Amino acid sequence: MSKKPSAPAAKKVESAVPASDYALTPINASLSREQKIDLYRTMVRIRRFEERSLRAYQGKNAAGGTNIGGFLHLYIGQEAVAVGCCSLMGKNDHVITAYRDHGHAIAVGMDTKPLMAELYGKITGCSKGKGGSMHYFAPDKNFWGGHGIVGGQIPLGTGLAYALKYQGKKGAAMAFMGDGAVNQGAVHEAYNLASLWNLPVVFVIENNGYSMGTSQARSSAGELAKRAAGYNMEWGQCNGHDVFEVRAVMDHFLTQARENSRPSTVEIDTYRYRGHSVADPDNTYRTKAEVEEYRNNKDPIQVALHQLLAAGVFTAEIAEQIDAEARTEAEIAAEFADASPYPTVDDIQKDVYWESDHPAERKSEGRLFFD
Amino acid sequence: MPQITYREAIRHALAEELTRDPNVVVMGEEVAQFNGAYKVTEGLLAKFGPDRIVDTPISEAGFIGLGVGASMLGIRPVMELMFWSFYSVAFDQILNNAANVRYMSGGQINCPIVIRGPANGGTNVGATHSHTPENVLANHPGVKVVVPSTAYDAKGLLKSAIRDNDPVFFLENTILYGDKGEVPEAEYVIPLGKADVKRTGTDLTIVTYGRCVIHSLKAAETLEKEHDISVEVVDLRTIRPLDIDTVLASVRKTHRVLIVEEQKPFASVGTQLAYMIQREAFDDLDGPIHRLATVDAPAIYSPPVETEQLPNPGRVVKAVLAALA
Ligand SMILES: Cc1ncc(C[n+]2csc(CCOP(=O)(O)OP(=O)(O)O)c2C)c(N)n1
Ligand SMILES: [Mg+2]
Repeated sequence: MSKKPSAPAAKKVESAVPASDYALTPINASLSREQKIDLYRTMVRIRRFEERSLRAYQGKNAAGGTNIGGFLHLYIGQEAVAVGCCSLMGKNDHVITAYRDHGHAIAVGMDTKPLMAELYGKITGCSKGKGGSMHYFAPDKNFWGGHGIVGGQIPLGTGLAYALKYQGKKGAAMAFMGDGAVNQGAVHEAYNLASLWNLPVVFVIENNGYSMGTSQARSSAGELAKRAAGYNMEWGQCNGHDVFEVRAVMDHFLTQARENSRPSTVEIDTYRYRGHSVADPDNTYRTKAEVEEYRNNKDPIQVALHQLLAAGVFTAEIAEQIDAEARTEAEIAAEFADASPYPTVDDIQKDVYWESDHPAERKSEGRLFFD
Repeated sequence: MPQITYREAIRHALAEELTRDPNVVVMGEEVAQFNGAYKVTEGLLAKFGPDRIVDTPISEAGFIGLGVGASMLGIRPVMELMFWSFYSVAFDQILNNAANVRYMSGGQINCPIVIRGPANGGTNVGATHSHTPENVLANHPGVKVVVPSTAYDAKGLLKSAIRDNDPVFFLENTILYGDKGEVPEAEYVIPLGKADVKRTGTDLTIVTYGRCVIHSLKAAETLEKEHDISVEVVDLRTIRPLDIDTVLASVRKTHRVLIVEEQKPFASVGTQLAYMIQREAFDDLDGPIHRLATVDAPAIYSPPVETEQLPNPGRVVKAVLAALA
């Protein structure tokens, strides 16, 4: 046995396409008019859903209590990343992400009513009120969470890819993380396993510049995606404000995963407008001017709007109609969440064990729960 | 019945389950080409090939997390920890991800993973390699914890563990690997959560599990011969789910209890047992519940002294005499 690794050399994949031409790359040019509009619509739906959830967070319910507890990490400003990536999913492609997961959940096609209900802690929530904002799941949509421990989901995403390969399915796993997560050991262990075993996973770093209040410059040595080179993986960078660029760049790496079972790491530049979580102060580590600069010049929804208007894909009236529908959808989701019941105290001990949820099929004996 | 070792019994269970279910894979450090750090997986690579028997890098968080992720898609990974002591570097994957994913997804996701390996002191490898984390693991609802004491139990319980749809943590013992016991050739499984009365008696119940069962059985012999004391030994076999009914039935018969465990005393498995016994059989007790545990310090290296830090037959005899005094 040779001591030297034999995997293909790690390299940075540079796109040959000038930024203005991403809409013309085959993966985008092949989209129907309706599909292009759908990309826009999904971003708007995420934005309006989250704005509505923020209002719910800040408001009170009829009983004077909180609507939404704990953390609420908003994705506002980053929508093109999840929408661009998830729009490329085929039936054997899978997604896993961290706690800033509302965008991914909507992008994979989850219904916004159970998503809002989950925030409200209701039994009608996508996780029956047991997960909350950070822990959305939809295995039927190939969406495996929603994970609260920074970097902890990356080995799981690698395991999804392992399962695909073991089962002989042609697909890819996308494992999303923030720029802060790249400093977690579990991420590096996953990188090594993925490259060593040729697993079909794309590690996606959503670089919004900050991990809570710590800028990239204060947390990370060197370029983030380039660390993949140390694990003999292809890597790339991408502007995450343009949904078409995200698709064009990700298409290459997803194809590498599906066709050649090779992992890669893609760093997608993006920005969040809101605080880390909604209750967090937002003035200690960045300036208002910086936020405004992104909002005014790089907002992914605005960028897409201008592209689609300029290309004559839709009209301003249609865009407005999409926006109005998204607001209505968010309102309906909030009404659904508000009207839904909470889980009962009896529900607390459901969904703990497969066996206790399937008593007729239980094979073990003895006590599973204690008091 | 053929006599085989505890190690062989585990290997046979793995081989049978690998044969039965193509979704079972065995993964861990040195499990394949090296034939297992403790030779438990010896020969499995040759029989099942490198897709089923997988050598991993020294990367517990990475490969156990990978196993958790793969199990969500229907793989049944049996992960070997070279020592359970190394669970600490994979704690997040084991006890945040494996233990919680079903709950946090509202019951949508199963995690049928088995993590197995030795968890014991007594081999003079110092504090870093001598942890017994069954209490820490069992503290997490959503997981199952098994600690077999004999070859027969190890085989039957591991087969159940691999077929189980919940995460099961299987804690073996390096000192028991070479111990022989009778194991039938015909297939059998032992359900999780079923204790086994390893010796019947009338004067006192020892509640125990793992290697302490062996110590307790030896002590019981001595107590019978030298002190005319009749001890019943209840082997829990599984910590969670817990067969408290078998324990209580024995207590109701003997009215005296000694818990013997290779745990540090504070918030141990025995602590939980003592709570449950007093709560559910208070009127049946003729005296306080006694416990013999590991002397409360990190595992000492010094070979002759480590023997005395852990429960051993001599210490069990003394503890029984004290409990009956
Ligand atoms: C292991 C761990 N440490 C710390 C935290 C607290 N925490 C939650 S999010 C976060 C910042 C992560 O930043 P990044 O990875 O860039 O993701 P972003 O929030 O920007 O999406 C921190 C420190 C945590 N959840 N998990
Ligand atoms: Mg960040």
